[in-house]
Amino acid sequence: MVALTPISRTAPSFYVPVVAAFGAFFGVFIGTGQGSLLIGVIGGAVIMGALAFVMTKIIKNETASRWGLAVLVALAGFLLAGIPGLVIGTFFGWFFGFLTFWLYEGRYRAKLPPYLTPGQVLWHFTFRTICGAIFVFLITPILVVMPLSFNAENFFTFTPEMLRFDPAGYSLKHYRDFFTNDDWQNALRNSVQIAPVATLLSVSFGTLAAIGLSQPHVPFRRAIMAILISPMIVPLIISAAGMYFFYSRVGLQGTYIGVVLAHAALGIPFVIITVTATLVGFDRSLTRAAANMGANPVTTFFRVQMPLILPGVISGGLFAFITSFDEVVVVLFVGSAGQKTLPWQMFIGLREQISPTILAVATILVFISICLLTVVELLRRRSERLRGMSPS
Amino acid sequence: MSDIKDATTADTAPTPDDALRMADAAEKKGPVLAADGRPLKQSLNRALRLQKLRALALVAPLLIFVLVTFIAPIADMLFRSVENEIVSETLPKTTAALEDWDAEGDTIPDEAVFEALYDDMFFAQEAKLHSRLGSRLNYEQTGVSSLFRKTGRSVEDMGEVFQDQFEDLDDFWKTGENWTSFMASDEWLADIQAWDADSGDRQPRFELRDGIDDILPATAESYTRFANYVRTEDEDNVYTEDPWAVIYSSFYDDLTRADAAAIAAYSGPAAEQIKSAATAATGFETIDYSEAFLDIDEDWHSIDVWRTIKIYSPKFTNGYFLNAIDMQKSIDGPELRPENERIYGILFWRTMVMSITITLSCILLGYPVAWILANLPARNANLLLILVLLPFWTSLLVRTSAWKVMLQQQGVINDTLVWLGLVATDDRLVLINNQTGTIIAMTHILLPFMILPMYSVMQTIQPTYLRAAKSLGATNWTAFWRVYFPQSIPGIGAGSILVFILAIGYYITPEIVGGTSGTFISNRIAYHISSSLNWGLGAALGAILLAAVLLLYYAYDKIVGIDNVKLG
Repeated sequence: MVALTPISRTAPSFYVPVVAAFGAFFGVFIGTGQGSLLIGVIGGAVIMGALAFVMTKIIKNETASRWGLAVLVALAGFLLAGIPGLVIGTFFGWFFGFLTFWLYEGRYRAKLPPYLTPGQVLWHFTFRTICGAIFVFLITPILVVMPLSFNAENFFTFTPEMLRFDPAGYSLKHYRDFFTNDDWQNALRNSVQIAPVATLLSVSFGTLAAIGLSQPHVPFRRAIMAILISPMIVPLIISAAGMYFFYSRVGLQGTYIGVVLAHAALGIPFVIITVTATLVGFDRSLTRAAANMGANPVTTFFRVQMPLILPGVISGGLFAFITSFDEVVVVLFVGSAGQKTLPWQMFIGLREQISPTILAVATILVFISICLLTVVELLRRRSERLRGMSPS
Repeated sequence: MSDIKDATTADTAPTPDDALRMADAAEKKGPVLAADGRPLKQSLNRALRLQKLRALALVAPLLIFVLVTFIAPIADMLFRSVENEIVSETLPKTTAALEDWDAEGDTIPDEAVFEALYDDMFFAQEAKLHSRLGSRLNYEQTGVSSLFRKTGRSVEDMGEVFQDQFEDLDDFWKTGENWTSFMASDEWLADIQAWDADSGDRQPRFELRDGIDDILPATAESYTRFANYVRTEDEDNVYTEDPWAVIYSSFYDDLTRADAAAIAAYSGPAAEQIKSAATAATGFETIDYSEAFLDIDEDWHSIDVWRTIKIYSPKFTNGYFLNAIDMQKSIDGPELRPENERIYGILFWRTMVMSITITLSCILLGYPVAWILANLPARNANLLLILVLLPFWTSLLVRTSAWKVMLQQQGVINDTLVWLGLVATDDRLVLINNQTGTIIAMTHILLPFMILPMYSVMQTIQPTYLRAAKSLGATNWTAFWRVYFPQSIPGIGAGSILVFILAIGYYITPEIVGGTSGTFISNRIAYHISSSLNWGLGAALGAILLAAVLLLYYAYDKIVGIDNVKLG
């Protein structure tokens, strides 16, 4: 976006109180931490307001004063709370320096339409802050797991050593445990043996069916679609219970094949949905042209249709894979100890023996999902480009 | 085309509607033909039918696969929620005898029923089925399980009084060979003697001698059951196996009840022994089955036990469903359970309320995010979208364990709050193992399912509408509430139903962070299937949950269309 609004410096009567208000807000935490709420609020407001005024009106040099403030607040933090205080102090020093000059120079209005009232500007930034907080809520749990997995102790929380950034507080022992412990290695092996086979089953059946379903005249299309999508809709516990009853009747309960079949059934809706979505944009005249030039249906499928819908098939396959790889409820019921998968082992770990190895596994899984997510996103864009839709 | 002349040879000049008249004429002559000479319509129909068949053939493998691996299990579960064959299979004679008993009266069943019970219990304990039935009936009437186990241990000795008397009378009655000599048919006797146990061939199936079941009906029945059991379960030789005590008591009954003429007229093998046994049997010491069962456990004279057996004798029952809604079957029909035994109503209600809470908090948190994603420039929006998609792609167990780490009493959130001085150390917030924990964790886990449908709907809303509304004098709020919000409702609807469907069936997260007060109906289903082994009740609870979900699924299909589900 271009700068819409000409900006100008604002008066101290605007930015000093705003910075002071922020100071008061953060003063609450320091105040309660040190024992007195009131002193924290007043102190925070007075100190930050005064500093803002000094920086803008007396020092006037933006770079120097922002650096100075960061160092100053960092030192104060260090004196109050040691190393963690230093880190947080540096951050707050930087933030207040930024805030002061952002307000003072009027930069906050630069990207907003010029006709907004001050109230609307305030709402604009409040709204962004709220959204930011929600994003933090979404991502924090995943981020918190990562540093904790390097914990040297068997705790699920940050130890004082970790907060002091003492190297003794960190270790790779939970990773070592994951790679050497037989339980975890068996679980990993089972997961790796089950998920690809289940994925292969659901992708091959699912792609075929999706092609069938996207033909122009399919009798009972809605009913068939409802049945094929149902494994995604029916609560997992019900699928698990039903499969447990039925598979023990036919002797598949507690077998590798039983788990694979169950997981394949659960993965099918994802394949159907992604592949039919890809087929919506598929140009039928291409297959007709191929047939016209003498290709038989099989050749047409593999040489013309398949390359075009491949991105959809692969991302459907990835969905099916992650469904099977993450699935725990059905495997708990349909599988036996011999089919204990990674999520099952994690579930046991969480419910019975609390071991931080779970966090190491979690971190590894987060990286796997980041890779999968990247692949899916790239495929989605490629597919849209192939079909002539602009990537949004 | 003969009666329409070609333009070049026509008397009149060609007109534009010539072609039309030619077509009319062609129609009058008959149907339009395709290249191969068939009527075009028929040909088209044929092509369409082929196309349909081809489409179905492509779908068929998957459809069959899903029907077998997924729909059949669900159907099996529904069947189990009403199936109740165990009672009439384990106690066939007793349930038949109980049919005439008046359960509403206050007398316990008569001697005939107890005698039938003896027969049934004897075979049940030999097959080790009595404790299974005991635990089945224990769901309905506490104490039945131990009653059956106790009875199973003692019932074997009960009939020995007849066995001893017959064996004292004549050594003939002691061995299996002698019994089979008159109970079994001659062909079977020939077969069994020719059969070699070590050869691996199956033992020949036991056959009764013709006419023996007219003279000794009860013995014939017991002996057949005995023979089948020995052959299939024990895998012993029926020919040499000595009979069980229960056969002697049936034999005694037959001898004392049958008319003497039939036995006198009997002339088959062992006729002499049977006749002398018949005369001696009249003077035998007998037992009072009713008293004998009372000796084992006085609960056998409790009318409640008999009522329970009678109520649950039919092959199918709605008892599990009644249990699942806090009712019970009684002799006067279904009735509510006592106040302190009602748990499922509370559980269903809690599942409902918590799912609604989770859905509402997802709307509240998801709406601003979807809005900002839809209104930012595409590059920034894609970057932020990753923050939504990453949790979506991350393993459920990872997110649940993350919340366990965050919410514990010694967890990250509490530690931070204590460090900031907002909470005293000995006054840490209880965020886990209760409803709060479940709601926080599940809101986080299901939030992407709310944001993504909302986002895709909001992307289609033109930002110019809002500007137009504002330029027409609407305030920010009016413009949003009257113009933007109504257009975003389909997104909210789609997201809400999706989140709600997923929430009411959740199992893993409530199990780990829910403690006892934050669990859902799914946790109870899992408990009944894996711990209490009351499969029928678990299946009935599952069927109710399934009905609720399917109703919502139907609504979702009507509102959003199942084809429009988008992923990622």
